[in-house]
Amino acid sequence: MNAISAEGLVKVYRSRKSEVRALDGVDLEVPEGTILGLLGPNGAGKTTTVRILATLLRPDAGRATVAGFDVVKQAQELRRVIGLSGQYAAVDENLTGRENLVMFGRLYQLRKEEARHRASALLEQFELTDAASRVVKTYSGGMRRRLDLASALIGRPRLLFLDEPTTGLDPRSRLGMWDVIRTLVREGTTLLLTTQYLEEADELADTIAVVDHGKIIARGTADQLKADVGGARVEVIVHSRDDIGRAREVLARDLDGECTLDEHTRKLTIPAHGGAQALAQVVRDLDEAGIAIDDIGLRRPTLDDVFLSLTGHVAEEPIDDDSAPDTGGKAA
Amino acid sequence: MSATARTAAPQGGARQAMSDGLIVMQRNLTRVPRIPELAIFAIVQSIMFVFLFAFVFGGAIPLPGYPDPNAYREYLMPGIFVQTIAFAAATTAIGMCEDINKGIVDRFRSLPMARSAVLTGRTSADVVYQSGILVVLMLTGLLVGWGVHTSIPEFLAGVILLLVFAFCMSWIGVWLGTSVPTVEVAQQVSFIVIFPITFVSNVFVPLQSLPDWLQPIAEWNPISTLTASLRTLWGNPNPFPGSSLASTEPILVTLVWFAIILGVFAPLGVRRYRTMSR
Repeated sequence: MNAISAEGLVKVYRSRKSEVRALDGVDLEVPEGTILGLLGPNGAGKTTTVRILATLLRPDAGRATVAGFDVVKQAQELRRVIGLSGQYAAVDENLTGRENLVMFGRLYQLRKEEARHRASALLEQFELTDAASRVVKTYSGGMRRRLDLASALIGRPRLLFLDEPTTGLDPRSRLGMWDVIRTLVREGTTLLLTTQYLEEADELADTIAVVDHGKIIARGTADQLKADVGGARVEVIVHSRDDIGRAREVLARDLDGECTLDEHTRKLTIPAHGGAQALAQVVRDLDEAGIAIDDIGLRRPTLDDVFLSLTGHVAEEPIDDDSAPDTGGKAA
Repeated sequence: MSATARTAAPQGGARQAMSDGLIVMQRNLTRVPRIPELAIFAIVQSIMFVFLFAFVFGGAIPLPGYPDPNAYREYLMPGIFVQTIAFAAATTAIGMCEDINKGIVDRFRSLPMARSAVLTGRTSADVVYQSGILVVLMLTGLLVGWGVHTSIPEFLAGVILLLVFAFCMSWIGVWLGTSVPTVEVAQQVSFIVIFPITFVSNVFVPLQSLPDWLQPIAEWNPISTLTASLRTLWGNPNPFPGSSLASTEPILVTLVWFAIILGVFAPLGVRRYRTMSR
């Protein structure tokens, strides 16, 4: 059974001057116990999708069920089985970590004792026990995110939404967050994760849906998406500009396919269907021809290439911004 | 999947609304001592008004029929209480707006809690908060020569009127806080609106000193009727020889005002909250 299924979701934001189609017919299916990565640049519609699935926003058209509940008609039942964590569903910075968790637990309708137990267990699990009685204001960015995630887990949700869980975190905290997320999934939670980091989708998601301009433009596993772009290529950087022409001839002789050149870096790229064999052949032939090279290698396509070939633009790496958790709000 | 009612928890929807409201109220009150600046600012502002009018302007404001210079301070204090409580609208609006912008409200909206709890928890916590401020102000009043000259039930009736007023103003704050984009705007708007309303009233000057065209407006101003009610209940001077209902039956008119404010702003606030992000 699908934990999430959505058909034709549309959301239009109207203001006096303009009309933005934030979602323009999004279909999604997430089987139980898997991770779907929703990948796309800022403003692609990732957050809007999550807000609709988590009952914070009503779609203008289309329908969606999450854990068997309709997101509009059965919103209250649905809220019992989901957890939401991300840029905007925040914790209270004037309460302590423990106070936050106990409060959210009680609002999940846990009994007082149970909420306290759950809070202690989660503080322990997320290594926040020492900071449990400090107000959240004093927490680092990474600690705050961990508390946020713990808040989403307090009611033991069957389904978890993580909206850009690592945006704004330093690399070390990001790796820590990834570990936490992997552990959760091993325990069987279904997860929908949005991210603008290609690497993150690659590391964590079972399936990736690429979103751009409110539409899903591709879906599949990371490997499938990469395969769609093409197989491995050989990249050669010749030492001297004068050798570019001759190197090109060698590559054209050894391999089929179009050879592209980056003048500035003296880099030649050509599809290599023979893989490592082809690379070895190219190395020998370049050597024989007496062409000096600075670098040569077999490169597999990255999700960057996928993104570029799908959308015609590079996925923007966001500027790390400490205020990220505070953005969003009513208009988002 | 069992198909339970979509509005509330199966059974005891009202009970859940109550307990969730209490949890949110407790959360809001826990925050008060952690951000002491807010309460301190509210109290200092009111005490500043007490001193400004009791000792600076007060001597220049004659109270018809009360030649005793001390009478003005007795006259002033009920008005100061009302003015201070009127700012409950600002307190609520700022708190509401901050919760929305910081994402706490989104978190609450994603939880299986009573939808009403965010608003009832907020307004009830703000009434408790205002009653704390009221205690400090009453002690200040006693220091400058104000007192209650009637009975304990009448004193308590006045206090209850003030707290119901706080509740009404707090609902205006809910509406305002869910309507403005930022905390700064919430603050500006409430100050710009509340200050003139409290000045065009009997809080600082007797109504007969106002120009004729302004007198009826000031007389029917709920700030005036509530202030007149308190002065009547507590035996503080209230020199206005008006013959309209607002002057002869200030308590009745005040209660009608409360009903109007709640009847208009509570539904408005609830609707804005429900349709947020829709």
